[in-house]
Amino acid sequence: MSLKQYVTTPLLKENPLTLHVLGICAALAITNSLTSSLIMSAALTTVLIISNATISLIRHHLPSSVRMIVQITIIASAVTVIDQLLTAYLPTAASTLSVYISLIVTNCIVLGRAEACAMNYGVGRSILDALGNGLGYSAILIIVATIRELFGNGSLMGVRILELARDGGWFQPNEMLMLAPSAFFIIGFMVWGIRSWKPEQKEQPDFKSVVLPREVEGR
Amino acid sequence: MSGFIEIFFRSVFIENLALAYFLGMCTFLAVSKQIKTTLGLGVAVIVVEGISVPLNNLIYNLLLRQGALDWIGLGHLDFSFLGLLSQIAVIAAMIQILEIVLHRFVPALYNTLGIYLPLLTVNCAILGASLFMVQRDYTFVESVAYGLGAGVGWALAIVALAGLREKMKYSDIPEGLQGLGITFITTGLISLAFIGLAGIQL
Repeated sequence: MSLKQYVTTPLLKENPLTLHVLGICAALAITNSLTSSLIMSAALTTVLIISNATISLIRHHLPSSVRMIVQITIIASAVTVIDQLLTAYLPTAASTLSVYISLIVTNCIVLGRAEACAMNYGVGRSILDALGNGLGYSAILIIVATIRELFGNGSLMGVRILELARDGGWFQPNEMLMLAPSAFFIIGFMVWGIRSWKPEQKEQPDFKSVVLPREVEGR
Repeated sequence: MSGFIEIFFRSVFIENLALAYFLGMCTFLAVSKQIKTTLGLGVAVIVVEGISVPLNNLIYNLLLRQGALDWIGLGHLDFSFLGLLSQIAVIAAMIQILEIVLHRFVPALYNTLGIYLPLLTVNCAILGASLFMVQRDYTFVESVAYGLGAGVGWALAIVALAGLREKMKYSDIPEGLQGLGITFITTGLISLAFIGLAGIQL
């Protein structure tokens, strides 16, 4: 793989969110506003780069029995720094995101990339890989947030785009998009779209229908 | 006592960690194919939450928060920025100890829960419950209720999803939607149903 591919592969072909189902935990809750999503994406990408670079630097000195706890400590320190910076310089955003910034610690993408990439390869490749995965995650977050904020509230990043009917405009917002479940629906349909476009990502069905469908015993 | 019950039911139904706050989703979607497996995982989550949330509450209130170290004359120090690091360390250590203790004294339970315990270190539902506990300033008793309630709520949600997925095995789902896609949409529908409980005043 060329250097460029380390960054571009995780964007669509091996997207951490839609293919590997990693890191959706915090991804869904904050996507009702584009601003929060952008901050979250930036925070996650930064943590990912810091942790991947650090772990890759010390990978030859890490005994494998304690590697998990060392990785988690490094990630938690990076997250603490980001969290403190946000609280200091962007207090409103930090209070909207509340615990979700801290929850980057348990975001499976970060630990997953540390295990899969930083433990095996050099610093340069690890940083590029972190950047690619961070951007792949950000892309999904931004798409979902754009849909939710634009059609749920008629605005983008707090700027009014579509005039709401209740303020004398023409646009009737879909209130459901502001609620939690809509994020599941949007990501579900996105997964459907990506898998129809790239059929190699499809999962094998648990069962194939037989020629003569009959009731399976014990059901 | 009424506060205890209120926090418990609130965290099980209204502020369900999985369906209202999207925590622990990775495990939630990946390990929800069979009811039997999810029952084991659910019990493990209840046990871990029930211990880790009160434990983190004690550590935060007695050591980290501003003024907590008054008893040795260091009341002006504020270590709350270490909260995240200490919580994840407590959770990781506690799970390790629980694993060893169960293995030694209750092997039957260890065989059921053993494989799920290491997974839970990086489950956001566990860390999230501790973070919410700190943010909402719960007392020790309230944190016990919250820990247990959060665990029960998460377990309930994953068992419900597994029940639906077992039934869905035989349905004819469009190709691209099979597996992950339909699981997302099903979870969305369950979550929508749980929102109906949000208006209940306890």
